[in-house]
Amino acid sequence: MTRRFTVSRRGFTALVALSAIATTAACGSAGPQPTGTAGGGLTMWALSDQTTLKDSVDAYNADHPTAKITLQLFANDDYKQKLRVAFGAGQGPDIFFSWGGGALNDYVKTGKVAEITGADLDTGRFTPSVLKTATFGGKVYGIPANGLAPVVLYYNKKVLDAAGLRPPTTLDELTSAVTTLKGKGVTPISLAANSKWPTLMWHEYLLDRAGGSQVFDRIGAGDGSGWLDPSVTRANQQLQDLVGLGAFGANASSLSYDQGAATALLYTGKAAFELMGTWEYANIVKAAPEFVTSGDLGYTAFPATGGAGDPAAIVGNPSNYLSVNAATKQKAAALTYLKDYVLDDSQVDKYLAAGSVAPVNGLDAKLAAVPGADQAWLRFVYDLVRKAPNFQLSWDQALPSEQADPLLTNVDQSFLKKITPEQFGQNLSKVS
Amino acid sequence: MTVVRTRTPGAVAMAAPALLLFGLFGIVPLLGVLVLSLADWDGLGTPGWAGLANWSTVLSDAGTWDALWLTLRVMVVSWLVQTPIALALGLFQAAPGRIRSLLAVLWFLPLLLSAVAIGLAWQALLDPTFGIGATPGLHWLARPLLGDPDLALYTVIFVIAWQFIPFHALLYQAGLRQIPVTLYEAAAIDGAGPRDRFWRITLPQLRYTIVTSTTLMLVGSLTYFDLIFVLSGGTGGPGTATRVLPLAMYITGFQAHDMGRASAIATILVLAGLALSLATTKWSGFTRMSSQQEGA
Repeated sequence: MTRRFTVSRRGFTALVALSAIATTAACGSAGPQPTGTAGGGLTMWALSDQTTLKDSVDAYNADHPTAKITLQLFANDDYKQKLRVAFGAGQGPDIFFSWGGGALNDYVKTGKVAEITGADLDTGRFTPSVLKTATFGGKVYGIPANGLAPVVLYYNKKVLDAAGLRPPTTLDELTSAVTTLKGKGVTPISLAANSKWPTLMWHEYLLDRAGGSQVFDRIGAGDGSGWLDPSVTRANQQLQDLVGLGAFGANASSLSYDQGAATALLYTGKAAFELMGTWEYANIVKAAPEFVTSGDLGYTAFPATGGAGDPAAIVGNPSNYLSVNAATKQKAAALTYLKDYVLDDSQVDKYLAAGSVAPVNGLDAKLAAVPGADQAWLRFVYDLVRKAPNFQLSWDQALPSEQADPLLTNVDQSFLKKITPEQFGQNLSKVS
Repeated sequence: MTVVRTRTPGAVAMAAPALLLFGLFGIVPLLGVLVLSLADWDGLGTPGWAGLANWSTVLSDAGTWDALWLTLRVMVVSWLVQTPIALALGLFQAAPGRIRSLLAVLWFLPLLLSAVAIGLAWQALLDPTFGIGATPGLHWLARPLLGDPDLALYTVIFVIAWQFIPFHALLYQAGLRQIPVTLYEAAAIDGAGPRDRFWRITLPQLRYTIVTSTTLMLVGSLTYFDLIFVLSGGTGGPGTATRVLPLAMYITGFQAHDMGRASAIATILVLAGLALSLATTKWSGFTRMSSQQEGA
């Protein structure tokens, strides 16, 4: 017994020593370069679903083999926290992906983001309403890095035809469609209310139509009294009326967007409408391709409601953005990447092929060359954005992050009719 | 019989690594949180001194008290639901028999799954349109269990119970197998029926197991986070119907980026947990650790 123990212990010690030597040797020769700005290359963080963006990094790396960009991709929910913690600790990446708006402004205000001037790269080629979301105090702090994502009203043509309905252009038409569809036993509108932000989309459109874009402009500029505008109450009343009519069915509050059930309701014909961002098109193509190719998927702009707002205005996510860390030692290289590789000609083609319109000017010729059902869709999105007098960034991104949670909670409370339309604005005016 | 334990320098040396780790990863962060609760920090800029401002905001915020009340409700209802079922399962499992052992293993499975997997699975199962409610004969389940503000909390408590009852059943099973058979034999000779044996032998003998299980349940309820986070889509919704204190802390700290206020909430949680575990062990006489067995 004693002998065996001794032998095995010696063996163990040798193993530890060996692995220690191996580790040291590895670090000395071919160990990984420290991340951050110290090495020759650049680091870049983005979301894991950005496959076209990844192609641009690959293209850059092929041209710059000695100083490559190391791209790290993250899941949506963790990403914001990870980015924040990394920047807080001074360990942020050289280039980072964000949603623009108030959340990006947090970084700008603390001096974490480098300004991008006209001399660095030509910002004139991007759609102006989109570039606005990453512009603070007249200075540009990020460039668009993927497709336009306005929120549109999707519908199932088969379900509408069976009920003898046409796509609504006004709120009254939508309301009467709701009543008809309910009579047919169909959920009129699919809504993933459990996730809260899909409900927010209704608030955004209804307020924009009721009071015009200037109401939220006031709020976004830090004037909390904007929430007390009568149009806020009116929009809330309209949404609660729809809820009261049973427009969203009995189960909306149980539906979580990420589970895909809200999308499935639309393409399985269990629901007639869904209000969602343009990314939903790609989701539907993936989940039910025959639904799209057969032409049963319809889409239209959000209806007019007879308010003071321009019915051509849109809400959603103008784009996502790439910004440069102010502390980077590789600013020149980072700008080369942004200038020559992001949303260049081949990138724009790849986005179009994926059913997504890149926010750059002069796309008509390219759009005309897209085959199949996608062309009508891309043209619809492109025209919608081009004709829009205002493209409002989603409120939860536009507002400073400390206001996002009270906003979403009150949206949900209003949807559940736990608060009155008046209380919605009053509650939010207190926290902003 | 009393064993007198003497503390020798050797014993301290033996405990040193554990003490060092506890100090480094337990006490130091705790003090850090306490300091942070007096600071004004958004996680990005440089922290500023806030004094007691965070504390007065947190304590005067109705949301904090709602969250605390929800946490207490989860705690009490969880205990009431889990303890009898776990005890009954433990009794069943403790008896010999191959089928019982097999079932015990099956029941144990939920504990091996991660809370996120459980949350996602139950969220899909409870989906009113495509979940269990779509099964013929189970249409009565096709209701917004996670979406109705009045039902959501109880649905969450149910899923928590589903995950943790096996663990407590295992504790009881182990506790039951420790009870000397001689006690039951003596009771049987004295003519005690099954009911008497349960109330007069089993339950008193399980006393410390019950205290252990209860302490774990109560203190554990203070930290339920992952499961509720997933089930409510990260928001503590519908509305704030499932926003328990740990979730309120996370949302304040990592979504609203107010680390100071989040630290104050975290400190309240620590104090509550400390008070609860001290109270349960004190009232139950657990600290005295007197033997339950005669002659031992």
